[in-house]
Amino acid sequence: MSQKIYLYPVWIRLWHALNAILIILLIISGVSMQYTNPANPFIRFDIAVTMHNISGMILTANYMVFLIGTFITPNGKYYKLSLNGLFARLIKQFTYYTFGIFKHERPPFPVTKESKFNPLQQFTYVIAMFILVPIVIITGWALLYPEVVLTKFFLGSGIKVNDFIHVIIGFFVSFFMFVHIYFCTIGATFVSNFKSMINGFHESH
Amino acid sequence: MTSLFTQYFRKVPVAFILTFFFFPMMSITLKAQNKPKDETIKINENCLKCHGQSKYKYNNPESGTEVTKRMYLETIINRTEFYESNHKTFKCTDCHSADYDTFPHPGRLRMESKYACIDCHGGDEAYAKFKFEEIETEFQSSVHSTKHSDDFNCWMCHNPHTYKINARSDEKIRDIVAYDNAICLNCHADITKYQMLTDKVNPNILQKHEWLPNQALHFKNVRCIECHARTNDSILVAHNIQPKSKAVRRCVECHSTNSILMASLYKYKVQEGRSKTGFYNGVIMNEGYVIGANRNYYLGLISLIMFGCVAFGIAIHATLRIIKRKK
Repeated sequence: MSQKIYLYPVWIRLWHALNAILIILLIISGVSMQYTNPANPFIRFDIAVTMHNISGMILTANYMVFLIGTFITPNGKYYKLSLNGLFARLIKQFTYYTFGIFKHERPPFPVTKESKFNPLQQFTYVIAMFILVPIVIITGWALLYPEVVLTKFFLGSGIKVNDFIHVIIGFFVSFFMFVHIYFCTIGATFVSNFKSMINGFHESH
Repeated sequence: MTSLFTQYFRKVPVAFILTFFFFPMMSITLKAQNKPKDETIKINENCLKCHGQSKYKYNNPESGTEVTKRMYLETIINRTEFYESNHKTFKCTDCHSADYDTFPHPGRLRMESKYACIDCHGGDEAYAKFKFEEIETEFQSSVHSTKHSDDFNCWMCHNPHTYKINARSDEKIRDIVAYDNAICLNCHADITKYQMLTDKVNPNILQKHEWLPNQALHFKNVRCIECHARTNDSILVAHNIQPKSKAVRRCVECHSTNSILMASLYKYKVQEGRSKTGFYNGVIMNEGYVIGANRNYYLGLISLIMFGCVAFGIAIHATLRIIKRKK
């Protein structure tokens, strides 16, 4: 019989929903700009630029909401990464996803009120939210105001280096999103994790 | 992310020796050959003692007094600019009548016909690479020629006393852009000069380009002719200025891999050092930043492979979950 725990307060659900929409818009417009083709534009270039700029600005504000919320509410505790035995825990969770899950084993780190994320989730969320997203936001703003970027970086263009970092990290954020959405299908049922992000209750196996 | 500069020296070490030892010596010799002769400078001083400054003096034999007059702005020749220009080795009388050596200058000299570029540079093997004949043909098709009388000639844009070759230099692209745009703005941002050829009021360039996102950045980084002239593969700088209705307005014309900038602004640098293996378009990558045109071949490839791996991994995992699901 499944058990329901209230894990996602309203502010997190609203932040998450807006974040999801913005990241999707940013990926679509970003890919369209990066691989723009005059004969076959995925999204018309000027529209894609505006879409990317506005979404990026709102994402920055939304990220601030996440940061403040994480620091002033108990939500922050879920992101405290304990390095002690981390590698072993990551391997354990990885082994579960690659072998145990197909043998219908119990998850090694079940979701509780105290531990919302399994070690792999926690590790990737910390990397995504505290490293990747801040880099992509900072480099994004720098591309919006290129005059503030170092114009020369060693012998090359500073804007180019900035652009490279933005695009590469953007790709990693995209990979994260694909894997994140797929892993959300691994729940009590195929859609239970998606429901959780609407009603706030996590459904355990 | 090594620059073209570094890649060049890595590939060809001998280039290092040539660049740092041989070429400087050669350029010193070339510079010496291309310097105006002392004799020329001395002869030119006969003209520049008046035309090289804002005022001139002469003795009035009637009154016996020395008269000081202002020199007309248009007839002042800046010595520094002239001796750095393409025509720096010339004597004034190479192009102007020798009769100018008398003062007051004879009135009939006002009617003196002036040379056009093609008069000297046309059909000359030494200047063949510049393709002056094609430039002339392109200019004849441009709005500058078709919408105006013969008063619009080469000198309108290329002042023979100051013009120096720019696009074929190793100068920074931003400097080339600033120099070339100043040529257009010389008339298009100055109503007095603009109305020398038309009675129309000069359109406000900033207002007319309000639609252009990041207007200031565009103006600093690309030349007016990038959008306002039709590119021609056989000449380096497009001279066929188009009517405003035919100006480039679609962002993707520049912001894409086959950016028109590769055939215009970056053309010379592209011809000089395109690197197929490093960056897809190394020149744009190193000289500027053009979204959509800045593409790294390897980054594109790696990202596609990684996207493929992610999709493949998800597909395998999902399939196994379906196969192994509880019956």
